[in-house]
Amino acid sequence: MSITASALPDAASPPPAPAGAAAPRRRGPVIPLRYVVGRLAGALVSMLAVVFTGFFLFRVIPGDPVRALTRGHPVSAAQMATMRHQFGIDKPLIAQFGDYAARVARGDLGTSYQYKTSVSALIGSHVWATVYLVGTATLIAAFLGLRIGVRSAWKHGGRADRANTGIALVLWSMPTFWLALILIVVFGVGFGPIPGMFPTGGMNSPNVHGLLPSIWDHLRHLVLPCLTLVAVVYAQYLLTMRATLLEEVGADYLTTARAKGLREDDVRRKHAVPNAMLPAVTLVFLNLGTAVSGSILTETIFSWPGLGSLFYEALTVPDQPLLEGLFIFFSAAVIVMNLLAELLYPILDPRVRTS
Amino acid sequence: MPFPNPRRRAFALAAALAGAAVLSAPAAAASGPAQARGTHSQTSYAQAAPSSAASSGKTLTVATTGSIDSLSPFLAQRALPTQIHRLMYDFLTNYDATDDHAIGALATSWTTSADKLTWTFTIRDGMKWSDGQPVTAADVAFTYNLMMTNADAATANGNFVANFSKVTATGNQLVVTLKQPQSTMLALDVPIVPQHVWASHVADIGTFNNDTQFPVVGDGPFILTGYQKDQYLTLDANPNYWRGKPAFDHLVFKFYKDADAEVEALKKGEVDFVSGLTPAQYDALKGQSDIATNNAQGKRFYALAVNPGATTTSGQAFGDGNPALQNQQFRQALMYAIDTKTLVAKTLGGYGTVGSGYIAPIFSAYHWDPDPSTAYSYNPDKANQMLDAAGYKKGSNGMRTTPDGKPLTLRIMGESNRPDDTQNAAYLADWLKAVGIATTTQIMDQGKLADTETAGTFDLAFDSWGENPDPDAVLSIQKCDGRPTAPGKTFNGDDFICDKNYDALYQKQITEYDPATRAADVKQMEQTLYTDAYVNVLYYGNVLEAYRSDVIGSMDKQPQPNGLYWGQDGYWAFWSAKPAAASSGSSSSSSSNTGLIAGIVIAIVVIGGGGALVLTRRRRGATAEERE
Repeated sequence: MSITASALPDAASPPPAPAGAAAPRRRGPVIPLRYVVGRLAGALVSMLAVVFTGFFLFRVIPGDPVRALTRGHPVSAAQMATMRHQFGIDKPLIAQFGDYAARVARGDLGTSYQYKTSVSALIGSHVWATVYLVGTATLIAAFLGLRIGVRSAWKHGGRADRANTGIALVLWSMPTFWLALILIVVFGVGFGPIPGMFPTGGMNSPNVHGLLPSIWDHLRHLVLPCLTLVAVVYAQYLLTMRATLLEEVGADYLTTARAKGLREDDVRRKHAVPNAMLPAVTLVFLNLGTAVSGSILTETIFSWPGLGSLFYEALTVPDQPLLEGLFIFFSAAVIVMNLLAELLYPILDPRVRTS
Repeated sequence: MPFPNPRRRAFALAAALAGAAVLSAPAAAASGPAQARGTHSQTSYAQAAPSSAASSGKTLTVATTGSIDSLSPFLAQRALPTQIHRLMYDFLTNYDATDDHAIGALATSWTTSADKLTWTFTIRDGMKWSDGQPVTAADVAFTYNLMMTNADAATANGNFVANFSKVTATGNQLVVTLKQPQSTMLALDVPIVPQHVWASHVADIGTFNNDTQFPVVGDGPFILTGYQKDQYLTLDANPNYWRGKPAFDHLVFKFYKDADAEVEALKKGEVDFVSGLTPAQYDALKGQSDIATNNAQGKRFYALAVNPGATTTSGQAFGDGNPALQNQQFRQALMYAIDTKTLVAKTLGGYGTVGSGYIAPIFSAYHWDPDPSTAYSYNPDKANQMLDAAGYKKGSNGMRTTPDGKPLTLRIMGESNRPDDTQNAAYLADWLKAVGIATTTQIMDQGKLADTETAGTFDLAFDSWGENPDPDAVLSIQKCDGRPTAPGKTFNGDDFICDKNYDALYQKQITEYDPATRAADVKQMEQTLYTDAYVNVLYYGNVLEAYRSDVIGSMDKQPQPNGLYWGQDGYWAFWSAKPAAASSGSSSSSSSNTGLIAGIVIAIVVIGGGGALVLTRRRRGATAEERE
């Protein structure tokens, strides 16, 4: 079954079946073109709205960036005026918006006030740290959560179900910074008989050379922040999967499948789970979209040099170009991931195609 | 049959392969540093990844929660890069470690003309930049001239050269001509850069961040060898430094976003020095083995600023400050109602000094203490009498009204990211209520507070400034021209003070070259501020620091004996730091590394084994059920 858009036949008139060939199944394309175009247009409009509001949103944050940057540091009025001119905030708001719109149209996100570096370069240098951490954690959490969720729903009400759901809920409701500090104290510094095994913060050590040792060093730094994120996030997947699968558990088609003599494992994996996947897939894609914005708390406590901590730093000034750039970037990631999820629905669930 | 399902078998195989990779990694890690040692050379510095820290010699690792805006001395304004520039570049003069008095650095001697307008500095012979070129008077002239002629180059330190009319270099003589006499000529905190490197960056000085090519050419005690944004910054000892090579070969700054994580890293030995501890963190570290602590006098005052009626430089009034605060007697009564001793004991946990003069006591040459008979010592009775006398009568409910009979309420404002404010506001509200003054408290975001102050829509606000050995900068913000030029426009002061007497004294001290006379003028200015009671210094908080005594044997404080290690005016602490006698330097870190790796392998085996066990058991359970 082909799912690529380019291979789609015209939605209105499917090509006639060649004579003599086996009769093709008579149905429309996998994803109707109108559906694709509609979703693409929606994403485009959302993106334009983001670019427009991105500017004004961060102008309402109180505080003068020049004053914040020179705080506790006596500067002359002339120096402050120079900085204002460098930042372009000595112009009227409407002129600033013109500059901003022209810049964004050229694909230039401006220059950060506090790092004095281009915003695109800053996002570029921080995005991989975040994808590395939050991406890994999302995949592990999804794998773990969905798996346990399926098991829990299949044997719902059992001891394992109650224990798993309980543990997941406790971890989910735990304050992230608290859990993170506990992990640092126990596994970073060492507690009682447990030796300090992992670094307390950062993404790598300054004194490591060579490819393999660097990879090893990165992995060691990844363990604790990743564990924190997984512990906090996997409950979402577990509960979603469990709830949707529970709706299927008593369904007639499962009884039919069992009556055909299928193994319980196959009934679950091949019949029940695929029907319960839609909400979970949505969740995975949404989480991948927000994954680039990082987890501000986890990144901050583990001093992880990702976009989450960059955003946090930008807010304290406020560093308007950096905030605007990150806002556009985060929104674009969510919009793209939503688009992908929506394009995937018709493949997962034929009902979306016909509706 | 442990894996009847082919998919499961594939998964098990993948897991086994991953496990094998993980187990083989420690061997690679162990062999890594040895290979690196062989390749250690000048060219490896050129890579962005810092290279030298593990190569050889002793490393001192400093934890910091600060951030770096730029590594260009012309642009950097944050505290952290300013400190790092002190390590990378020498200045014209320096401050003595024992008592902060000005001493020679690039300049060995200096003279002034009779009209006080021409300063001639003799530049030290034989100094070299780290690329081998000589350090000359022309480098100093280039640096100052660039800042005088290029607005971008004046971003960070422009205020130091604003009064210069001409700077020239002849041989080893540097001649600076001033527009007006200036007593801060030995306190020019400007890093001097090499002309032969920076001449090519004049055109892009506003955007060049000095962080693309390593090592960065400098002449300070340390050479910058690498920088990874938000991760770490590495420096190597300058073997040719004129005052002598530092004892530690490498200096590494590790960036932390969270102060608690930083303290944990110190306990573990991942970092060797932390500063800016809270009293709770400091008390927890005190008495721990292999950790030394320092309770240092701070360079910051913490004050209660009063809105005396916001005005512009042209005298136009704006804002809505309570008119009661324009009455000097009323303002002084507020100070008698506040128990600063309790604030130091409770808010600072005792780590601080009760406030008095505007210049902190660490700068003993300029610090002023009031006569005990006129000091605002806690005295609610006196406060009540003064308020009665000023016409603010108590009503039947014990609360005061204004002379024209309206209820009196003052707004206290503070910053949410400064924990002191929240705590102190609660104490203040209680004490003011005790003398019949009602208050409301608003603790807000730093930016919102700045906007509120700019708009003049506050009555009382907490305020704090860091200070330098030279008092000029912090005195200048309270001048009449420190007010905004138009209502609501940002200004470089922090209150709306305009006292002609104060301004006259300011003008006198800045042109006074005799240190003793200047100090007397400065103290008189402090007395004026104290008596006016517009900016009331509540306390000076101490700076709490800790370091690994098994790595660092000793470091010099500034000033001595009660000064600090981090945030000095100079490079004394890290330049003078001596490794601990028992320390085995980098070898100890590699042995702890081995232990660490062993620990991880054990953990993986335990977790992996446990996981496998659980899987197998589940598997068995499931098969048994299916058989039924």
